[in-house]
Amino acid sequence: MSSGTLYDKVYDRHKVTTLPTGQDQLFVGLHLVHEVTSPQAFGMLEERDLDVAYPERTHATVDHIVPTGNRDRPYADDAAEEMLSELEENVREAGIEFSHPGTGNQGIVHVVGPEQGLTQPGMTVVCGDSHTATHGAFGALAFGIGTSQIRDVLATGTVAMEKAKVRQVRVEGELGDGVSAKDVILEVIRRLGTDGGTGYVYEYAGSAIDSLSMEGRMSICNMSIEGGARAGYVNPDEKTYDWLRETDAFRDDPERFAELKPYWESIRSDDDAEYDDVVTIDANELEPIVTWGTTPAQGVGVTQPIPEPEDCHSPETARQAQEHVGVSPGETMEGYPVDVAFLGSCTNARLRDLRRAAAVVRGREVAEGVRALVVPGSQRVQAAAEAEGLDEVFREAGFEWRDPGCSMCLAMNDDQLEGDEVCASSSNRNFVGRQGSTEGRTLLMNPKMVAAAAVTGEVTDVRTMREVTTA
Amino acid sequence: MSQGPADTVKRVTGTGIPVRGDDIDTDQIIPARFLKVVTFDGLGQFAFFDQRFDEDDEPLEHPFNEERFQGASVLAVNANFGCGSSREHAPQALMRWGIDAIVGESFADIFAGNCLALGIPTVVADHDTVTDLQEFIDENPDADVEVDVENETVSFGDRTVDVEVDDAQHTALVEGVWDTTALLKSNADAVEETARSLPYTDV
Repeated sequence: MSSGTLYDKVYDRHKVTTLPTGQDQLFVGLHLVHEVTSPQAFGMLEERDLDVAYPERTHATVDHIVPTGNRDRPYADDAAEEMLSELEENVREAGIEFSHPGTGNQGIVHVVGPEQGLTQPGMTVVCGDSHTATHGAFGALAFGIGTSQIRDVLATGTVAMEKAKVRQVRVEGELGDGVSAKDVILEVIRRLGTDGGTGYVYEYAGSAIDSLSMEGRMSICNMSIEGGARAGYVNPDEKTYDWLRETDAFRDDPERFAELKPYWESIRSDDDAEYDDVVTIDANELEPIVTWGTTPAQGVGVTQPIPEPEDCHSPETARQAQEHVGVSPGETMEGYPVDVAFLGSCTNARLRDLRRAAAVVRGREVAEGVRALVVPGSQRVQAAAEAEGLDEVFREAGFEWRDPGCSMCLAMNDDQLEGDEVCASSSNRNFVGRQGSTEGRTLLMNPKMVAAAAVTGEVTDVRTMREVTTA
Repeated sequence: MSQGPADTVKRVTGTGIPVRGDDIDTDQIIPARFLKVVTFDGLGQFAFFDQRFDEDDEPLEHPFNEERFQGASVLAVNANFGCGSSREHAPQALMRWGIDAIVGESFADIFAGNCLALGIPTVVADHDTVTDLQEFIDENPDADVEVDVENETVSFGDRTVDVEVDDAQHTALVEGVWDTTALLKSNADAVEETARSLPYTDV
């Protein structure tokens, strides 16, 4: 049983009581709401004649269904229009703040929370989306929940939970050029499996994590769920505080910042904290990783051979995956042709991701026959990128520059793969059918690698390209 | 829907249906395009949709399409079932198709939690037991499978095997406290107190 970790401390501070089921009732510090998983919960509240208990601790945005092209209302897609209208009505009635497209603050919920300073260390954060783990990058305890739990949180400001075990994932050393946070988490999942984290939360630590930007930490925490861990976090440090200082929450309120900082520092894992498990990964050995299969665990270094199914965690699943993607053991992913390049999603569509990709794209052209799109994570990311001319870099190369949303990560809007198209994607899931076509094939990789694939038309080791060291 | 205590779920009995394979994710259980709805009504028909129908809506080979498994209520699955998205649409679709209990080698955390919130037990058995159960169902699609949550067993044919039910799930289902809203609501004062004790709230 862990003790003295951030997880233990934040959990204990938020625990209201132990329920008759043995679960704990936890207070929710921040409830993020979007349009796909909440309307049914608001409906249940109405049926039971219940109000939203803590509207001021709740924040909404729209991300999954919004079009990334023409956003004139009503939306061309009736179902999308209905979902947005429903959310608008729900949040208006409940008095919940809503980062809708008209505010300039709309975006993917896991981009919006951190950039507005809603997400803070030592908070509990929940949202009806499994990538809520992203917010753990700030030292928050952040969980994805289902709709019935959203109902609970709306009605009571709390959620019933069971305490998890804590695994420390230590990443020591230095990431080489062209290797990013995305490669770290793909390696963690590859090594521990898609269900290795079941029953655990992951604490990411070690010199490589310390030296990462907040964006990098978010990319890692974001994909904790792909390893089966419901949450992942990084202890807050000066880098975390520097980010927070510049957010809406504290920019004009340094006193509030000073007031809260001791709390943030107090919830860091103790030096002698005890963990249920510790895993160490050598950052120096990592190279850019590309997935060859249909789970995020099925990845391989770009120059490394694709494994034999028999050597995989689940041989039958691996065999089916290799057949679906059309790869054979012993080959490398280098040179695998792509039809689509997607830079987006809550994993890798922040300003720093776009800058890095742009550095690879600058002065080059998207390969013939490749459809390439950039979907910024939020309107603020979009505006900031445009202010420094990144949109021009992408457009001149032949990328489409779109409006923010989840887009082709899960293809709930019009951005979808067709037929058996292959997509180099900065997103988080390569499940069969995930990007809108059951025959489609998704290759997960870091944003620079997506950029490289876009301009060469095939999986390319970005380390062999000139710009990589300056990016 | 009432605010009172939920029904108890001590045991589920019905014919079985096997869905084989590890790492069956929620995108497979219900593809994202069917999430564009503001209620869960009618999701049953979309369970495993892309495994069941090709692009021209022609049926493919899948247990959910087989005549002999229609009306089944006990789903037998393998490892890491329900990984991926937190979408409650996945267990909702299975429930509305007719599934009342799932026996598997392991389940993703959020998926199992979502099932519990709907009163669907997710009981865990080892690989060989699940394989035996799947084979039994294949050969005896008309035979009942009994999932005894209270005593943590599954019975099929002349066999009764031990299975694991998570402690909290056991209590919640057997005592009928799986619909937590009223329970959580009853502690409103203590919630307020906890909120006040946190430095970041203005409660």
